[in-house]
Amino acid sequence: MNTTILISGFGGQGVLSMGKILAYGALMEGKQVTWMPAYGPEQRGGTANVTVIVGDERIASPIQSTFDVVVALNQPSVNMFQSKVKPGGLLIYEKDGVNDAPTRNDISIYKIDAIDRAAAMNNPKVFNMVVLGALLKASPIISTDGLQRSLTKSLPERYHHLIPANMEAVKEGAQAISANS
Amino acid sequence: MENKELTLMKGNEALAHAAIRTGVDGYFGYPITPQSEILETLAAQRPWETTGMVVLQAESETASINMLYGGAACGKKVFTSSSSIGIALMQEGVSYCAGAELPIVFVNVQRGGPGLGTIQPSQGDYFQATRGGGNGDYNTIVLAPSSVQEMADFVDLAFDLAFKYRNPAMILSDGLIGQMMEPVVLPPQRPRRTDAEVIEQCPWATTGRPSSRRPNIITSLELKPEKMEANNLRLQEKYRTIRECETRYETILCDDADYLIVAFGSAARIAESAIKELRDNGVKVGLFRPITVWPFPEKELREISKGKKFILVAEINAGQMIQDVRLSVGDSLPVHHYGRLGGMVPEPKEIVDEIENLIKTQSL
Repeated sequence: MNTTILISGFGGQGVLSMGKILAYGALMEGKQVTWMPAYGPEQRGGTANVTVIVGDERIASPIQSTFDVVVALNQPSVNMFQSKVKPGGLLIYEKDGVNDAPTRNDISIYKIDAIDRAAAMNNPKVFNMVVLGALLKASPIISTDGLQRSLTKSLPERYHHLIPANMEAVKEGAQAISANS
Repeated sequence: MENKELTLMKGNEALAHAAIRTGVDGYFGYPITPQSEILETLAAQRPWETTGMVVLQAESETASINMLYGGAACGKKVFTSSSSIGIALMQEGVSYCAGAELPIVFVNVQRGGPGLGTIQPSQGDYFQATRGGGNGDYNTIVLAPSSVQEMADFVDLAFDLAFKYRNPAMILSDGLIGQMMEPVVLPPQRPRRTDAEVIEQCPWATTGRPSSRRPNIITSLELKPEKMEANNLRLQEKYRTIRECETRYETILCDDADYLIVAFGSAARIAESAIKELRDNGVKVGLFRPITVWPFPEKELREISKGKKFILVAEINAGQMIQDVRLSVGDSLPVHHYGRLGGMVPEPKEIVDEIENLIKTQSL
């Protein structure tokens, strides 16, 4: 089984990094993985999205028509990708800035408050790790241990002192999912 | 996959790392999206401090290709990379290298055209790649990777073929394969060839003339048409040998298939997903993926297409490889095309729908 994930938001929110950390984690766990960014004349504040496919089967197309999991971090992303979630799939969206909530009733929808949680941690920069924590709580694509190893592998050593704060953010994100139920 | 070297990289990055590790002597290039990571990775790795490989940002694509001419004339393993428009600019130099029989490698990470076009993926340069590209009767050996692993593996293969035949070899990639990240096993680090090895392996190169031989002259110019025709006939003989010996391809689920998709590079990846979905629906489709698009695996495709009901050629262009497919199979079965243009990339679903529509139309 392969899981197809799309993460979408504003440029600068850490969308591509989130996908990369997820992809590294999958690699560490010996899984097949493909990471495909929507590249272009992207800029901070513009739109950015990334497709990550993880699983135990050979991955054919890095381009997907529909996804098992969509993470939408702004209104345009909700609008554009809510219809791309497979029936029975999962949609996680950030509440800040999303006034028109997703409307589908054939998928699981989680509203998270990652921006507030990151702010409460006095560290807005860990926003994407809060989101990633939420994603992995709702859909355990890789383990927390795999995630930790991914950070160790993907971050240069001079940033390794930041890993504990990032793992805290991941825990915080998991609570954002629990708060939904 | 317990190999320690398994790592996650973009296609462009993997290609750059592989070049350093396989003992390439020099890179000369100019930045352009979506291939700039090749130059960036080479610059960041600073191979001039380790293997002694030269990495130079040239003043233009035209300069890059002519630096390759000079490097290759000395028997050095040199390469460049660009994207569509930049490759178009290089064609004069590639033709010179073909005429002078110089073993260069160049990489095209294609984007949508024509003209400046877009920076999104495309396969619109298939004709340019497989029909020569510059002036005169010549061919370039063209390898079309469809994964990050092949981006890494084809560097060494392209150099092997280029030197074996003293002919330009191209890696024909696109923005999708260049930008996506996948696990890759990089080749082990090899030293660059020593001067003595170059002299031994490239007796034609301008390595400094000892008194024992006549000067080696590297040129594409020959003003006497009788001699130029003889040069051309020699080239044509070489191209025949390459056609005979160097076709490469991959087949997926072709044996029991009723229908065949022919696709190369990134389009083959998308087609493979479509095939899985179609087979889940009970439609038996197989994939024929040319790895060398020149020489095109004509005989192999002809053989595999026997007994199939039709072929769908899926490309990210308006229908280019379909000509080679038709030349291969003739009128033996219907050949259709599906493509997207200008930087739009088809989703697997589009190919699924196209096959299902064709089946419906054919059974009417």
